[in-house]
Amino acid sequence: MQGESFRTANCLFLRACTVFVKVLMSAIFPVVFEPVAYENRHRQPQEFAEIARMIRRDIIKSLVLAGSGHSGGPLGSADIFAVLYFGGYMRYTPQNWWTPRDRFVLSAGHMCPVLYATLANTGAFPKEELRTLRKYNSRLQGHPGRDMGLPGVETSTGSLGQGISIAVGMAMADKLLDSNGYRVFTLTGDGELQEGSVWEAAMAASNFRLDNFCWIIDNNDCQIDGRVHDVMNIYPLEDKCRAFGFDVVTVNGHDYAELCAAFDRFIANSEKQCGKPTAIIAKTLMGKGVSFMEDRYEWHGKPPTWEQARIALAELGEEISEPAAV
Amino acid sequence: MSIPFELRGSKPTRQGFGEGLVVLGERYDNVVVLGGDITGSVMTSLFKERFPDRFFSIGVAEQNATTIAAGLALSGKIPFFASYGAFCALRNADQLRISVCYNEANVKIGGGHAGISVGPDGATHQVLEEIAYLRTLPNMTLVVPCDYLEAKKATIAIGEMIGPAYIRFGRAAVPFFTRDETPFEIGKAQVFRDGNDVALVACGAMVWEALQAAERLAVRGIQARVINVSTIKPFDVQTIVDAARECGAIVTAEEHQVHAGLGGAVAEVVAKNFPVPIEFVGVKDSFGGSGEPEELMEKFGLTWKEIYAAAIVTMQRRDKGFIGYRTVKQVPHYEDVHPDSQPVA
Repeated sequence: MQGESFRTANCLFLRACTVFVKVLMSAIFPVVFEPVAYENRHRQPQEFAEIARMIRRDIIKSLVLAGSGHSGGPLGSADIFAVLYFGGYMRYTPQNWWTPRDRFVLSAGHMCPVLYATLANTGAFPKEELRTLRKYNSRLQGHPGRDMGLPGVETSTGSLGQGISIAVGMAMADKLLDSNGYRVFTLTGDGELQEGSVWEAAMAASNFRLDNFCWIIDNNDCQIDGRVHDVMNIYPLEDKCRAFGFDVVTVNGHDYAELCAAFDRFIANSEKQCGKPTAIIAKTLMGKGVSFMEDRYEWHGKPPTWEQARIALAELGEEISEPAAV
Repeated sequence: MSIPFELRGSKPTRQGFGEGLVVLGERYDNVVVLGGDITGSVMTSLFKERFPDRFFSIGVAEQNATTIAAGLALSGKIPFFASYGAFCALRNADQLRISVCYNEANVKIGGGHAGISVGPDGATHQVLEEIAYLRTLPNMTLVVPCDYLEAKKATIAIGEMIGPAYIRFGRAAVPFFTRDETPFEIGKAQVFRDGNDVALVACGAMVWEALQAAERLAVRGIQARVINVSTIKPFDVQTIVDAARECGAIVTAEEHQVHAGLGGAVAEVVAKNFPVPIEFVGVKDSFGGSGEPEELMEKFGLTWKEIYAAAIVTMQRRDKGFIGYRTVKQVPHYEDVHPDSQPVA
């Protein structure tokens, strides 16, 4: 009994300490979300750099506030999101999301910090809400939850291999039934391709000639346990996608010109109704933009500490008012 | 007041499902059907012939079909996906949990070949566990119709409601006894026979067996109440609690494992609201096997005889005032009162 009460007291003490440290850290390192909303329009490739940097900063801030979550994948795919959402490829109305729109399904649900940061930068919801990531009652669930009704979250994902099938269903609804001409984008990880149902979805996409369907593969070759090709080899990826009936484009996932060209090709495919779905294999580096995270699979599933966040933000060009205080 | 019925022949419940889909297709343009290669045996072929533009063959890929259905539902369609229950309730269990139920996607699943009455195909195809799983899924509606006509009504009803739903139906022709005017409402159990001595609570094809048992019990002067729990989720708590209070002894019967299915649902409700002795008739923690449906129903103890014996046992437990299961010699074992071991009085 004594030991138990000691443990309880100890536990409470530790918890109190944690809260105290958090409060202290946020006092000397105030996290500010810049209230900007970028326009979604045709842009020159170099214009995306600033947006991607903003998305990366928002990812770091929301993760350090959350105290848990995935850093590597979201940072690595920020450039893809910048081009997709702010280059005029996805069509949406940020003030009134649930009107006619293109669909984006984040099949790799754990990468949601980048989706939330991107959506916040469209103006779909106040950027301050990024503070609530992974918190009780938040619309920014640890993995996207459609039940919370966050604008831009089309479906709940998190169990890998399902989002892509949902996206195929959405593409079928328009291509084969409604003909409203909307486009459906989905992003899967590369470790996710080890889920067999991904290939069932790929098979269905070409079977139904879904040229309105764009499958983006975030190919950073990292998953929790190590390199994707060590955990379970998925290569050759391009050949697999081609064999499954896709028009395949492989790009450097950090090169805006290449990303734009890939999305342009998808739009062309869908407009001329070529009868083939498009797959964009984006070669990325996990944790891109933060030197100590880059290409390190250890950063798949953990958030930065306060000190690491301060360094990361400095690298991403955010002036910290008084870093000496730390 | 019990609901009148009479035996009108025998038809498989899957036919009711297939015909119900065609009715829905006529009424609603956004009803679409996904096929999993066995469209003939789950009778989605009727819809396919009638509305080829709204039928999509997904192939032998139940996980994908379930999730595609979720995508269609999130785009305003009312997708039905049907296969054998073994594959469209359990193989795709995670897809049902996340993409369908957590998403509150308006997806309808038709699970055929339920229970051991599948017959010769054997254990792999005789699903006996899916009620247990499906009734624990938040947002899910689970319907188990008792005959062909109720299957047709239930199919239409789940198509007209909003939210995830699953309908369980079988392969074999089973007695067809409800009438056109027999009410069917999701979440409402039906009392087919009045009586206050014991309540026989059944679902699916076991409802007819319960009615047969009630006839035999009546010969001995025992008036059994027969309840058809056509919706397992949401569960009709009131009807079951009334039966517990008024009869004081319950038998559940289902073509499913005795664990965590209809019997489990009844036990939960009764334990909480009005504890009375319950006996469970179902498959006793084993897999099925090949054989003719009637042979298998006999072998696995899914006939009126088991329900009859269970009724006597549960009543004796009530009358002797012992809730404990077979702790007292005076309470007979099933075998002692089973019609095959003792002539029916």
